[in-house]
Amino acid sequence: MSAVTINENSLKDIMNSPDTTPLPAAVSVAEARPTPFLQTERGLAFAEAIGKFFRAVLPPILGIALFILLWQMVSVSGGESGLPGPAKTWESAKLLFADPFYDNGPNDKGIGWNILHSLYRVGAGFGLAALVGIPLGFMIGRFQFLSGMASPIISLLRPVSPLAWLPIGLYVFKETEPASLWVIFISSIWPIILNTAAGVSRVPQDYLNVARVLNLSEWKIFTRILFPSVLPHLMTGIRLSIGVAWLVIVAAEMLTGGTGLGFWVWDEWNNLNVEHILIAIFIVGIVGLLLEQVLVMIANRFNYE
Amino acid sequence: MHSYLHIDNAKMVFDTKKGKFTALTDINLDVKQGEFIALIGHSGCGKSTLLNLVAGLTEPTQGVLLLSDKEIKGPGPERGVVFQNHSLLPWLTCFGNVYLAVERVFGAKEPKSKLKERTQAALELVGLSHAIHKHPNEISGGMKQRVGIARALAMEPKVLLLDEPFGALDALTRAGLQDELMRIVKETQATTLMVTHDVDEAVLLSDRIVMMTNGPSATIGEILEVDLPRPRDRLKLAENPAYHHLRGQVLEFLYQKHLKKAA
Ligand SMILES: Nc1ncnc2c1ncn2[C@@H]1O[C@H](COP(=O)(O)OP(=O)(O)OP(=O)(O)O)[C@@H](O)[C@H]1O
Ligand SMILES: [Mg+2]
Repeated sequence: MSAVTINENSLKDIMNSPDTTPLPAAVSVAEARPTPFLQTERGLAFAEAIGKFFRAVLPPILGIALFILLWQMVSVSGGESGLPGPAKTWESAKLLFADPFYDNGPNDKGIGWNILHSLYRVGAGFGLAALVGIPLGFMIGRFQFLSGMASPIISLLRPVSPLAWLPIGLYVFKETEPASLWVIFISSIWPIILNTAAGVSRVPQDYLNVARVLNLSEWKIFTRILFPSVLPHLMTGIRLSIGVAWLVIVAAEMLTGGTGLGFWVWDEWNNLNVEHILIAIFIVGIVGLLLEQVLVMIANRFNYE
Repeated sequence: MHSYLHIDNAKMVFDTKKGKFTALTDINLDVKQGEFIALIGHSGCGKSTLLNLVAGLTEPTQGVLLLSDKEIKGPGPERGVVFQNHSLLPWLTCFGNVYLAVERVFGAKEPKSKLKERTQAALELVGLSHAIHKHPNEISGGMKQRVGIARALAMEPKVLLLDEPFGALDALTRAGLQDELMRIVKETQATTLMVTHDVDEAVLLSDRIVMMTNGPSATIGEILEVDLPRPRDRLKLAENPAYHHLRGQVLEFLYQKHLKKAA
């Protein structure tokens, strides 16, 4: 660094320091023209940070702006009966979120309630799937025989479209609430089972050798080696599974009615409130994105490599 | 002579995608209790394979291995293993990795405080007191190897199986740990099998050097008695003609009789 890089702050430091004799030398320093801020070290760092910020933020903003523009064009080209435009939808959303938790009886609840209901169903259905799927995945991964038994059934049932399970649920449970949990359960259990099993069968031989050389008990093998080693795979399974559950819940609620985002979408369609349908799509997208982000964050905590 | 470890006609064949691969054949070896054996040979000849057989991690295709007159049927805590690739569990700290072994061997008869003490002592021995709460991905390759050594030593095994334990260490640390190893082995009377690529290390540490021919179908080529008096001092050995003679013999075996064909 050259000796000239003295900015205002460091000048002040020099002036205020008790060692500085406030006479000739200091005066001459004060008279020297300070280097322009952007050429100082801090200035350069600042410029760099700004540049980085723009490179990271500019493309998404541009993308979103373009998307809104396209939306506007589509809505304008539709004329009177076209899709509501961004501005109109925004106004409607502001109204909707002004009071998200009102409750006027069973079929008229605030948007907040509907979101919470959908989230609750995803949580409950997924929780059941995890409760059953994780142990099952461990056993299938650990025992070749079980894997052989389970694989034809899993291969057969996994590609079935989630909603095809709904009638079975309705028939068995005679009620819509457990039926929609059942649909979430059955459609989100496969990623959990498969990823857990894959994780177990892929525990590095080195770690198992350590277990054998140390002669660890089955319990210690599970808690110290199998479980931590499978955890990243398990997290992937959970992420996929919650993703599927969130995809499915909206569709299931459209059919079962009552509460929830899916029900709300269908209800607003019956009211021909297209703005609300658009808002619902954004809500579903944003909540799904948030779920995914939280799970990725948790998963990264368990990454040891 | 009564032998502690007895390997009789062991053969190891691996099933590979390209068919059968004979790694080891006609392995015969008798090791006395407390003896220090160095295994030396070119890369890929089957040293780790032989060590794994003694560890009980794999079973020979043919032949038997006996340890104090009992057939080796699997691993056991009386055999401490230092793996070539250190094999630390990445989700445990250095302390946790060593503690796991200590707990297994001494957990039934000692209180927790004593187990922690043992763990700390083992890590101190390999000079890692400062990294005790770090995870394996936060320490260097040499440090990982040292944790692996600490884990094996902390079990106070009757048999120590070391697969190139000092491979990733600088000369100075290496010399320090070699001295430590000599002291520990003398103290605990552990029977030791150590794979090494380092001729000086083999001569310095061992009672006998087992030299292996190149694979496939590798076997024991020659066994060299190292009759240098103990305790051995690396500086004094440097002036000892017997030491240089032994060194020369190993080098001759490796580079004259069994020159590795350029692959
Ligand atoms: N599980 C296995 N399956 C098939 N082949 C194997 C297996 N393990 C080892 N081999 C083969 O056996 C031979 C000996 O391997 P080994 O690891 O024992 O060599 P090494 O002497 O320890 O070599 P290095 O000094 O490089 O560690 C090699 O050719 C290797 O490819
Ligand atoms: Mg090896």
